Amino acid sequence: MAEDFSWIRPEPAGLRIVPADVWIDPARAVGTALITHGHADHARGGHGRTIATPETLAIMALRYGVAEGAYPAPLHAPIALPGGVTATFVPAGHVLGSAQILLEHAGERVVVTGDYKRRPDPTCPPFAVTPCDLFITEATFGLPVFRHPPIGQEIARLLAARAAQPDRCVLVGAYALGKAQRVIAELRAAGYHDPLWLHGAMERMCRLYEELGVALGDLRLVSDAPKGALAGAIVFCPPSALNDRWSRRLPDPLTAMASGWMRVRQRARQRNVELPLVISDHADWDELTATIAQVNPAETWITHGREEALLRWCELHQRKARALALVGYEDEDD
Amino acid sequence: MERFAALLDALVVTRSRNAKLALIARYLRETRDPDRGWALAALTDGLDFPAVKAGTIRALMAERVDPVLWTLSRDYVGDTAETASLLWPASDHDVMPAPGVSEAVEILRATSRSTAPAALAGLLDRLDASGRYALLKLATGAMRIGISARLAKVAFAEAFGVPVDLVEEYWHGQEPPYRALFAWAADGAPPPRTDDRPLFRPFMLAHPLEDGAAIDLESFAAEWKWDGIRVQIVHAATDQGGETRVYSRGGDDISATFPEVAGALAEPAVLDGELLVRGAHQGGETGGAASFNALQQRLGRKTVSKRMLEDFPAFVRLYDALVIGSEDLRDLPWTDRRARLEALVPRLDPARFDISALIAARDFAELADLRARAREDAIEGVMLKRRDSPYVAGRRTGLWYKWKRDPLRIDCVLMYAQRGSGKRSSFYSDFTFGCWAGDPDQGADLLPVGKAYFGFTDAELKWLDSHVRQHTVNRFGPVRETDKSLVLEVAFDSVHASKRHKSGVAMRFPRISRIRADKPAHEADRLDTLKAMIADPVR
Repeated sequence: MAEDFSWIRPEPAGLRIVPADVWIDPARAVGTALITHGHADHARGGHGRTIATPETLAIMALRYGVAEGAYPAPLHAPIALPGGVTATFVPAGHVLGSAQILLEHAGERVVVTGDYKRRPDPTCPPFAVTPCDLFITEATFGLPVFRHPPIGQEIARLLAARAAQPDRCVLVGAYALGKAQRVIAELRAAGYHDPLWLHGAMERMCRLYEELGVALGDLRLVSDAPKGALAGAIVFCPPSALNDRWSRRLPDPLTAMASGWMRVRQRARQRNVELPLVISDHADWDELTATIAQVNPAETWITHGREEALLRWCELHQRKARALALVGYEDEDD
Repeated sequence: MERFAALLDALVVTRSRNAKLALIARYLRETRDPDRGWALAALTDGLDFPAVKAGTIRALMAERVDPVLWTLSRDYVGDTAETASLLWPASDHDVMPAPGVSEAVEILRATSRSTAPAALAGLLDRLDASGRYALLKLATGAMRIGISARLAKVAFAEAFGVPVDLVEEYWHGQEPPYRALFAWAADGAPPPRTDDRPLFRPFMLAHPLEDGAAIDLESFAAEWKWDGIRVQIVHAATDQGGETRVYSRGGDDISATFPEVAGALAEPAVLDGELLVRGAHQGGETGGAASFNALQQRLGRKTVSKRMLEDFPAFVRLYDALVIGSEDLRDLPWTDRRARLEALVPRLDPARFDISALIAARDFAELADLRARAREDAIEGVMLKRRDSPYVAGRRTGLWYKWKRDPLRIDCVLMYAQRGSGKRSSFYSDFTFGCWAGDPDQGADLLPVGKAYFGFTDAELKWLDSHVRQHTVNRFGPVRETDKSLVLEVAFDSVHASKRHKSGVAMRFPRISRIRADKPAHEADRLDTLKAMIADPVR
């Protein structure tokens, strides 16, 4: 019974690999979990055993404390699971530590992408196209209106806005895991070496990135800033702090946000963002569809996001596909 | 188009009024004719391409994008022009460089219904996503980016350092791309002519009289302040024999809404007055007028039924004369203008025009006394006009004052708060408050009676903001529901019966006058108390 994939089952709590009795990115605590990456909606605490890349385990330890039963899965090294299932972690290019998971069983190959992107990212290795029979993909930006511009263009806009208003500071809302470090690394690559200032909630993750070998340059805490030091500076905070009381301490901040959602003007307006930076750690529409074509699976399942449009694309291109409607994955502020 | 597109993109996400003004002013200064004139027309809704409609865009997209994907995208983005700008496929053949604004306008103006789609598609092929957005907004004339025509005119004035009231005055009667206007403002050319058409002139406005200030009635004349809408009625002799227009305070032409008034002035003049409906509510049986509520029945209608004209007959109570015949009176002292107006009124139709009477008071104390009784006559207050004041646009200190009767006050309970915008975006600064629908101790509920976002100091705003955060019981997007424990004293000018509000009342100009943290919520006022203040029960 080829191409039935009955051994992998979408259940409300997540994807379950039946013969091995393990779950991928489950929404509740389970016996054994394979975790694609460290974002909170994929990596939850409390599992009996957690198998993930060393970097993802380090991120989870930072967030939930060091857990018993953490099993590091080096990239590209097959791991034998019970029931004749083999799992291999392959780079997904989403954030540091992020991986796709290749599952092999009974002659069938299944790839679960987790979240992924195709653009270069100085903080993590690039997405590896992995041929398979069943491709289980995300669809966060699964609408044809989402086409991310080159990141260099957005970084240049950020630097130009800072230079144009030297008395203000530019306050960049960016997801604390991945997006912030990527934007910081891209700023450094663009030759910006002034201190970058952080909201307290971002400090530990940035330090962890540095410990794991991602250089981010001179980072300082806003709470340590001497009076006047923030005029003309670039400050990073989680998106939730952009319009909150925390930002009142800053000198007339120009509010920026680094997110793929910023492509849509009303989204930027709704969040009171004055400088929308279209920077995403997810594949855009063209990349989602091109990746399906490259991987060329017999069947495609769509885990979360705007699955209707991607489903429609598969239908238009005579590709067998279904939407899984898994719960618990959110439109993070990406 | 690139510069105009960048301007639109920046305006969409800019909240501060001053920053918007600076963006538009800079664009107008740094862009050439006629591009800047077309752009200005687009910003002020002065452009119309009858051959291009939203349906044209939808039809173009239907040829290029799967209908299901289009619908999903349009639903998500919420704006047809923006969706199309993002979805437009890159052209697969070499295209000409991006068109400028005026090139695009000329191409679109030359199209018919049948040629418009191809012309629009050709332009879209030459632009990037931002440029496509700007082009589609320009082509369909529906900007919806939060820029009022007034704001654009203020920006024009700022760009070239000219008075905004002159901009308003010369603007009327000009056509895009406004070359004469730019020549005057930017290059010092003589201003466009204004006497051959019934054009709007900016109003003279009054400052509120500060509490405790005293005014010498030797230098100031006093009039009642009537509660209608301020209008300007203009008649100009034209080639066709003569035209009359009625303008609202904002310069909107409301002649069609008040045809009986527009039809009643037949000699060249520009007159300033209060539009009212006949009645006895304000000022008593003789020389009275109906309430503002009655006038409201007539506002905002494009056509007026005979019944409306009979039930709510409108007239203008004249305050001032800007022009009579061919003579511009605006530089004359008020006393002289008043004399000219008094001489004119007997020639006008008494059913449609009368003159606002002066108040006979020996001194300021007597005037204060008269004003104190104004509420009994349902009059809004008193106007004070310096006898030697010229007629100048806008609010000039020291010339005209409005001295409203003291506000009414009521104790309400804070129910909901919403975040403000701009500088106030981190503050809960828009407050909805309610009164008890009955006895709170017997389980009565609060009903919202109004909303206010001013009246408090910065320090009070901080206090209110932290109160809201600490007493939130529910969140609805940007709105928080509070635990209804805080009493606010609300001041307002008057309250009217309203079928549109669940409480059955609508306040005029409510503002927070005091925070009554000392007062328990159940001691706040009841709805009946507020209803008893209604001066004009529904007729």
